[in-house]
Amino acid sequence: MKYLTADFGSTYTKLTAIDSKRANIVGTASAFTTVDTDVMEGFRNAKGLLEEKIGTFTYDQLLCCSSAAGGLKMIAMGLVPDLTAKAAHTAAASAGAKVIRTFSFEISMAEQAEIELINPDLILLCGGTDGGNKEVIISNARKLSGLKGSFTIVVAGNKSAADEIATLLSASGKEFVITENVMPQFNCLNIEPARQEITKLFIERIIDAKGLSKIQEMASSEVIPTPRAVMNGCELFSRGTKRSKGIGDLMAIDIGGATTDVYSMSHGTPSISNVLVKGLPEPFAKRSVEGDLGMRYNLDSLIDASNMEFITSYSGSSTAEIKKWVEACQSSPHLLAKEGSKEQKIEEALARRAAQIATERHCGQWESVYTPFGQTFTLTGKDLSDISNVIGLGGVITNSSHGPFILDGVKAESGPRKYAKPKNPRYLVDRRYIFASMGLLAQVDEELALTLLKKEIHAQ
Amino acid sequence: MSGITVVIGVIGADVHAVGNKIIDFALQEAGFNVVNLGVMVSQEEFVQAAIETDADAILVSSLYGHGEIDCQGLREKCEEAGLNDIPLIAGGNLVVGKQNFEEVEARFMKMGFNKVTSPGTPIEEIFEYLKELPVLTQGLQ
Repeated sequence: MKYLTADFGSTYTKLTAIDSKRANIVGTASAFTTVDTDVMEGFRNAKGLLEEKIGTFTYDQLLCCSSAAGGLKMIAMGLVPDLTAKAAHTAAASAGAKVIRTFSFEISMAEQAEIELINPDLILLCGGTDGGNKEVIISNARKLSGLKGSFTIVVAGNKSAADEIATLLSASGKEFVITENVMPQFNCLNIEPARQEITKLFIERIIDAKGLSKIQEMASSEVIPTPRAVMNGCELFSRGTKRSKGIGDLMAIDIGGATTDVYSMSHGTPSISNVLVKGLPEPFAKRSVEGDLGMRYNLDSLIDASNMEFITSYSGSSTAEIKKWVEACQSSPHLLAKEGSKEQKIEEALARRAAQIATERHCGQWESVYTPFGQTFTLTGKDLSDISNVIGLGGVITNSSHGPFILDGVKAESGPRKYAKPKNPRYLVDRRYIFASMGLLAQVDEELALTLLKKEIHAQ
Repeated sequence: MSGITVVIGVIGADVHAVGNKIIDFALQEAGFNVVNLGVMVSQEEFVQAAIETDADAILVSSLYGHGEIDCQGLREKCEEAGLNDIPLIAGGNLVVGKQNFEEVEARFMKMGFNKVTSPGTPIEEIFEYLKELPVLTQGLQ
């Protein structure tokens, strides 16, 4: 069996050719995504480049994922910020969405205006445990029903409010689906039903609305959001299949042009004794997206959060040179630093900082508490201290010969316990950017996808 | 189900877990909906849980003697969060040393608590108190 996977990204359309008989990746190629004109043009260009390298490639199945045309733009809404709003955010991010904003409590006029401005594809509306607060979710549903925009609403809140919400949303003509509560009982996370609804809506409505229906017509299986494919790939690599073992707990970091994504496949139970776990439980497979940490589009915020002295000393560039490079990157996002240049060093220092911030936001946090029985710790979120594998994805890591330097950003620092970051992981790099492709392949042949991941993802 | 939801927990840096489990069990057996936050619960966590679950009462336990300090400001936080009339109940070993319970009770009532129980109070007294609360939830309507 021969497979071709296609990842229609915001910038590049990436193809991976796989031969199941020889159990190998025959080749990869990429070309610019052409979503504004005809998305197939970019696909044909990439296929042309691929066949230049490997000769004519006839495939039996084509598997696709997409984050083109802005990806799956979502807004998450809940009641209390640390409870259902957080659960809503987790569900949306795990479904592979780009969560632009998360709102809590009743939304204000200003927030309603913001939603119209964002013009999301989907809104995940949550709030209240089952039998808990209904007023806020009903009020928010009413407010959403009056907003402009072609978004679909996924209702995943208090079941006791569902009928009333259904009545008022039907009357307003807004598209909606109702599914199980993301937090049916206090502090119990139930994100899978919402996640499935989001994926379903992506396939049924979003793909078409974004002019990507031609992809769906050609594809042998359903087109899924790219982050969801990457997440599937990570989960497979970690857990393995029924027959073969995976590599165990892992964390993956994808430093892209516009965002930095962090994935962790771990239960994240505390690695030390004398600790009390606080806050919302988190899923084994967790994804977080940092929209303010990108190597091209959000460099300002990354520079603001960085230590200039560190960048100058590491890269050997002056502050003025750094600023010049940052400006150049912002005005032409396709710009690439030359191998071994000072600019590449600037990129590496910035990427390391992005990795550091994104990991600190993703992992759990320790807090020291003094009780009458002495010092003890609380942990909010996942403890990733004992994670033994950290995988680097994204051009800035794969194109650099200093991958480990960048990935050191994820590592726990010495000093007082604060972030539950990996203490002593080994670093692996996805050189050919195959995670999304393997996540797609896993839908049809898990065993092959796992074999290829083990073959391709190497320790540094 | 009685339709009455109670948020329970041990406040502050107190880690006494056994009593908390017994209260949880007893309340559930008596038909209440229990949202148990466990030990070392902050005031904010009580408030947040009560909002999300539309609770009818908050039952605060404290065994290590710092209860009075830990409970100060809880009523104000509830009001700030819109939980205006939610009944607050406190019980356990609320203060250090052998103090006159009436005085302790008066101090807690002044802080905005609605019911304060002395050490050794049977749990049934709480059941009765909760059942007599004004009907707040739709569950009972």
